[in-house]
Amino acid sequence: MPDATGLELLAQEIGERRDGAVLSTVFFREHAALLVDPPALRDALCFVRDRGYRFLSSVHGVDYWPEEPRLGVHYELLDMDKVDRISVKVRVPIAEPQVDSVVDLWATADHQEREVYDMFGVVFRGHPDLRRILMPEDYEGFPQRRDFPIGGEPVMFTHNERDMNYIE
Amino acid sequence: MEVIRHGGGNGGESGSGPPDDFRVRQLRARDMLTGDLQDSELESYLEERLLFTTFEKAANWARSNALFPATFGLACCAIEMMSMVGARADIARFGFEVFRASPRQADMLILSGRISIKMAPVIRRLYDQMLEPKWVIAMGACSSSMGVFNNYAITPADKFLPVDVHIPGCPPRPEALLHGILRLRSKVQANPPEGWRARYGGEGTEEVVEAEQEAHAENVPGRDTLSG
Repeated sequence: MPDATGLELLAQEIGERRDGAVLSTVFFREHAALLVDPPALRDALCFVRDRGYRFLSSVHGVDYWPEEPRLGVHYELLDMDKVDRISVKVRVPIAEPQVDSVVDLWATADHQEREVYDMFGVVFRGHPDLRRILMPEDYEGFPQRRDFPIGGEPVMFTHNERDMNYIE
Repeated sequence: MEVIRHGGGNGGESGSGPPDDFRVRQLRARDMLTGDLQDSELESYLEERLLFTTFEKAANWARSNALFPATFGLACCAIEMMSMVGARADIARFGFEVFRASPRQADMLILSGRISIKMAPVIRRLYDQMLEPKWVIAMGACSSSMGVFNNYAITPADKFLPVDVHIPGCPPRPEALLHGILRLRSKVQANPPEGWRARYGGEGTEEVVEAEQEAHAENVPGRDTLSG
């Protein structure tokens, strides 16, 4: 459904339910995206779901560093009947990275939200079991944040061979 | 013990010992068979007459020609490891084709692929479950030096295991792995002192259940000498 006009109509309808719920809309390369205010996230997702986008195909985390607010969560929704997709995005500051969980709306969000928490440290309020899913349980830090050190073994290149002090 | 060759037929030692003619040797052989030769005399007789090869050498020869790898694949290198068993490379020519399904029965652990830091304790546990003597091959760039993955999730095998042979490549061809295993074979046969194995805490780490442990200690008194 959402071409550029359809997206604007959808955004308007969500905005009518709750004032200022949609912060902006993006229509880029035939793909519609809604940027939603964090408190209105569940409301917007419910609305879009009732419009036919019943399948939550993916939940991503994003780090927008150095932009603010830094962290983002993207919900990719799919309408199986019309074979049409829409993205719902939400941005939260890194100081208070809290997003409402949608596990009760889509069971598949369980593991995907855990992964976003694992990699980006976004806390999903109302998640039944918010633990790390990929990294070891005692791991410290959130490795996909852009200010996280790359880690691993130091590798000697020409630009840092004097700093490495391998040759003593 | 050394290889001792003594007695007649050696042209180079003329006049170095007492004349040892056939009759005397025959009499002493009879004494030994009847049990008249005892203690130090018997010992010296055996040392003179028998060809001793060191037990370790024989054991290592047997071990090195039938290294059983554990059925254990980590990533894409495992595909090359599997194809090594096939008809083209045919590792059965050398006696390494028996992939054991249990670490208890395996002699050799091939780390075929990248090791995530979450997998590392599992691999260490597998290594500890293997019985001595045991060897480890780090196959490919990832398990040796993390390869293309220089990040938070991957760790090189050297950090937590004593690795005997590193095989470069991404992934190594089956022939390269074959070559690495043959290098391991010659290493087992030569049995060089490996200080680094102790450095990595790789000795005497077999995981044994307590009841087993007692039986183990009783039944195998000479274990230390065997485990190289």
